[in-house]
Amino acid sequence: MSHGNMTLTLKVWKQRNKNERGKFETYVAKNISPDMSFLEMFDVVNEQIINEGKEPIAFDHDCREGICGMCSMYINGRPHGPKQGVTTCQLHMRSFKDGDTIVVEPWRAAAFPVIKDLAVDRSSFDRIMSAGGFVSVNTGNAKDANNILINKPDADTAFNAAACIGCGACVAACKNASAMLFVSAKVSQLALLPQGQIEKKERVLNMVKQMDEEGFGNCTNTGACEAECPKGISLENIARMNREYLGASLT
Amino acid sequence: MASSPRLISNIPEGPLENKWTKYRSTVALVNPANKRSLDVIVVGTGLAGASAAATLAEMGYRVTALCFQDSARRAHSIAAQGGVNAAKNYQNDGDSVYRLFYDTIKGGDYRAREANVHRLAEVSGNIIDQCVAQGVPFAREYGGTLSNRSFGGTQVQRTFYAAGQTGQQLLLGAYSALQRQVGMGAVKMLARHEMMDVVMIDGKCRGIIARDLVSGKLERHFGHAVLLCTGGYGNVFYLSTNAMGSNVTAAWKAHKKGAFFGNPCFTQIHPTCIPVSGDHQSKLTLMSESLRNDGRIWVPKKAGDTRKPTDIPEDERDYYLERRYPAFGNLVPRDVASRAAKERCDAGYGVGASKMAVYLDFSSNTERYGRIEANKLGLHNPSKEEIVRLGREVVKEKYGNLFDMYAQITGENPYETPMRIYPAVHYTMGGLWVDYNLMTTIPGLYALGEANFSDHGANRLGASALMQGLADGYFVIPYTIGSYLSNEIRTKAIPTDHAAFVEAENTVRERINTLFNIKGSKSVDHFHKRLGKIMWDKCGMARNAEGLKQAINEIRQLREEFWKDVRVPGTNDEFNPELEKAHRVADFIELGELMCIDALDRNESCGGHFREEYQTEDGEAKRDDENYAYVAAWEFKGLGQFELHKEELKYENIKIAQRSYK
Repeated sequence: MSHGNMTLTLKVWKQRNKNERGKFETYVAKNISPDMSFLEMFDVVNEQIINEGKEPIAFDHDCREGICGMCSMYINGRPHGPKQGVTTCQLHMRSFKDGDTIVVEPWRAAAFPVIKDLAVDRSSFDRIMSAGGFVSVNTGNAKDANNILINKPDADTAFNAAACIGCGACVAACKNASAMLFVSAKVSQLALLPQGQIEKKERVLNMVKQMDEEGFGNCTNTGACEAECPKGISLENIARMNREYLGASLT
Repeated sequence: MASSPRLISNIPEGPLENKWTKYRSTVALVNPANKRSLDVIVVGTGLAGASAAATLAEMGYRVTALCFQDSARRAHSIAAQGGVNAAKNYQNDGDSVYRLFYDTIKGGDYRAREANVHRLAEVSGNIIDQCVAQGVPFAREYGGTLSNRSFGGTQVQRTFYAAGQTGQQLLLGAYSALQRQVGMGAVKMLARHEMMDVVMIDGKCRGIIARDLVSGKLERHFGHAVLLCTGGYGNVFYLSTNAMGSNVTAAWKAHKKGAFFGNPCFTQIHPTCIPVSGDHQSKLTLMSESLRNDGRIWVPKKAGDTRKPTDIPEDERDYYLERRYPAFGNLVPRDVASRAAKERCDAGYGVGASKMAVYLDFSSNTERYGRIEANKLGLHNPSKEEIVRLGREVVKEKYGNLFDMYAQITGENPYETPMRIYPAVHYTMGGLWVDYNLMTTIPGLYALGEANFSDHGANRLGASALMQGLADGYFVIPYTIGSYLSNEIRTKAIPTDHAAFVEAENTVRERINTLFNIKGSKSVDHFHKRLGKIMWDKCGMARNAEGLKQAINEIRQLREEFWKDVRVPGTNDEFNPELEKAHRVADFIELGELMCIDALDRNESCGGHFREEYQTEDGEAKRDDENYAYVAAWEFKGLGQFELHKEELKYENIKIAQRSYK
């Protein structure tokens, strides 16, 4: 089956499970079209590997439209690859040149152990959410939605923070593997809204505590997380979370 | 026609507008102490599953929830773009519960159940209240109130939204509620787990067999009730807007154990998706229906016109939706818009390299917005460039993420040149048959959200999937499950070494071994693509008896070939995505056959089901209410054998009429 005429060399991290040693394997990707997404290129390579009777490359992916946050490849030293503001699944091969060599690794962080090859375990994020990333309102308790008025700038800023897809690129980008951008996005969203005020102190303290327990590192203040975030989550969220944390710790 | 005695819908007596209120107040309750010893398993954590799991846990039930993704937050509800409907009438434009009910029944081409749809409309407002209370950041006006927009098939503005990411924000709200319960220990959350079978004991569903997708271990889980919130089966077509992992396996396993499958052929083809660009394509991407608020759809008046769209003058463009349907124009329902696009392309007026696309053009509304902005800013003689620049800023605020996505996928700038779009498989109205309580024909087994058949008839209106998923999970199942579980309070948790669990697990293990032992020559995707082509060509936007008969034969052959020649690499005892796909595709093949059988049985056109033999002179769907005003509920009788049971649809509150958007 002919697709296109790019040929690429892939150096891909292969690791059977979290306990075994991993290593780079080299694959040649042939007949690649510039219109393919990066993951479709992997589909072509895997199809070829399966036809040769070998084991395909395991990787996480699901929606393939940049919103579920499941895809997670570290491409040529950057989470989600060379293009700003896109996830791996939305990266297209027109961002590469025929003959390129591409190095693909999993997210690397102590809090994200490798499951297999390029797939990692991000359940630490879920546990941080369980520690406080919510408003404690049981179903059935809500009043009429328009009884809560929220000025548009606050609503928009909260929305921008809430746009985080929980992919973990911020952690992968950080030399300390810090999860501050992820945690601060949820803390900010709820801190900006009246619904989040009642529990704002417990929320930030509990989420930060859980983040530390999961083994994420400290914030470096270098901003790599913001630069690599596919959804443009702003560093201002970290500043806001620090203020929230300080305020909650003092009282 | 009388309904089959096997299909007891349990619709409460009384006038339509009182049914739910009365039922809710009289349905049997389970006292708080007893709830603590009742186990509920929730399969899937999209809008329906996450909201149900969280709410049932809040009420005190012991909940176990599963999802095949690495986190509950990734379920495919997250990708829903445009919005969620609710009859709030915040715009003072004449909306009401009745109007939402009426629009949904009419939009579904009179093939949905009145009582369920009315209940959906009744609880729609509660959904918005609940989501706002959770901190879901909906779009707002400058005065601080919630903002609304229009969707297809309606003439009011009742759609609430969060930019083009409404599904994401609603799901994260439900996910937050779920994680809160997980943190408190009220929900046991099993991510990266897939349901492999349901376990039946004495005619009731008593649990499931699940596979841990990381270790490969098979697990047995007991439940007094099991809720399938597993979404739709659009991936039977291989290419669809569904996520790669979306599948029918849980519903299909339930079907094979006795749950009837309702209206399997009712598939929604969404009119505005980014066209296929080549044979490497792995999925299709939707461009939200909300774009039809501001985008105008057209093709050149001259067939085969190769000029750039911006070079084609206004009077040489055919705005065919506005021409054919002046009352609704670009906002006709999805099935109507999709067929109209196909008609133009088949007639030779399609655009782009493949000629299988139409234009979705924002230029006239960009200008309109630009003028409004100029007036606001007090610019009296703005230049054309100034107007366009201001207009684009407005368009960007409304749809920026969608335009970015389009640019990234196609390499074209949709602010400057019209989008090229074409219909693609998006949603399945069919699903497991359920009664008013959302229970399938298996006692104790429920289906919620897209996984059931109940609310959308033969065509779903835009922004109604989110509404239904959350209605089922937050506001319906918490009440209706009481009618079953109140009789289960004396049932002790059944130990999972019970023979039924052992046998079910063994059957799953045998199937896994069989798949590995085939050691054939073709990948799972190879078979999935072939199935998709058969389904799209013969059971897609237009169907006919001859094609469907051919499709049934071809699918049977494909099924035999799959079980002789598929190659599944690796082992069971590891993370093995190819094995997961093999299970899913095997089930899709069996489902595909049933969809064609159902489509062949329904000798009429309605909603998304368009049989070429049954159309009006001007090419509209021609329903046959006398003979087909029923839900087709299929019973599994052995491989490739299905028995039809009919549930008569009675319209007592709506006058059934030919659906017209002209």
